[in-house]
Amino acid sequence: MIEKDPLGFLTAIAAMAIVVYLMRAGGYWLIGRVTIGPRLRRMFDALPGAIIAATVAPAMLQGGLRAVLAVGAAAAVMIVLRNDFAAVVAGVAVAAGAFALGM
Amino acid sequence: MGAMSVLPFLPGIAAFSMAYGTVAARQGFSLADTLVMTGTVYAGLAQMIALENWPREFTAASILVLVAIVALVNLRYLLIGATMRSFFAGEPAHKVYPTLFLLSEPNWLLTLRYQANGGRDPAYLLGGGVAIWIVWVVTAIPGYLAGAAVGDPQRFGLDLVVPAFFAAMLVPLWRGPRRSFGWIAGAAAAVAAQQLLGGFWYLIFGVVAGFLAGAFNDD
Repeated sequence: MIEKDPLGFLTAIAAMAIVVYLMRAGGYWLIGRVTIGPRLRRMFDALPGAIIAATVAPAMLQGGLRAVLAVGAAAAVMIVLRNDFAAVVAGVAVAAGAFALGM
Repeated sequence: MGAMSVLPFLPGIAAFSMAYGTVAARQGFSLADTLVMTGTVYAGLAQMIALENWPREFTAASILVLVAIVALVNLRYLLIGATMRSFFAGEPAHKVYPTLFLLSEPNWLLTLRYQANGGRDPAYLLGGGVAIWIVWVVTAIPGYLAGAAVGDPQRFGLDLVVPAFFAAMLVPLWRGPRRSFGWIAGAAAAVAAQQLLGGFWYLIFGVVAGFLAGAFNDD
């Protein structure tokens, strides 16, 4: 699909790149023109966690026990070691092991 | 000086970028496509979520969905960028706006600390930004090669790289239940929307629910 439509691919990438840049520069530009109260600030602070949770939770539900075990292993390793690389390796290893066991 | 300050972040950035490269290879990207996307969009979380929702064909609607995803994921940069106003006070726009392309959380946090300690050199943000950008783009290559070498991603657990990585990223964000309403609501709304509506709607519903619930977080 990507090979067939290089123009579509580049359009998508350019559109994404422009929007991301507008976010980076827009806040700097906007400040002084609007005021951000404590409530709105709390909402923006909650965004990254909400985005991550909204991605992970359905993936776990769809992936069944194998996904739950793998994601649980990654979280457990992260809690103990505070190392995201080790956490991903543990999650992937558990996922591969569960697949080998027929899950 | 700014470049040296980001050193402790580089292993984590490299690990994230390798995961991105692996997922891009799995989605059928060429290595050039992978690097063009990572060097220009340059937003790790947004790239990952966009890849998880990558369209089968490019239409105006499917491109709009991608744009909406990256915009939502990066809304927080409006606030991050706004905090740089005082740091760049008196700097000409033709220097500030290119530098803002390289604004990311690690060099932003370090710049805030640098400024709090009396630092005034605007190149500090730029130095850290350049170092992070180079590491970010280059380390996608080994991740891509590893991902492209694997036949069945499930066999090696690679289909769960993104969920595993995200679970790890949630751990340091946990600040107790009273300050985590945002992502509890986000997870619940996403699961409900996935069951009821299917498609990519779960992401939009989850993020909006989490954003609104965030208003009730304790400070």
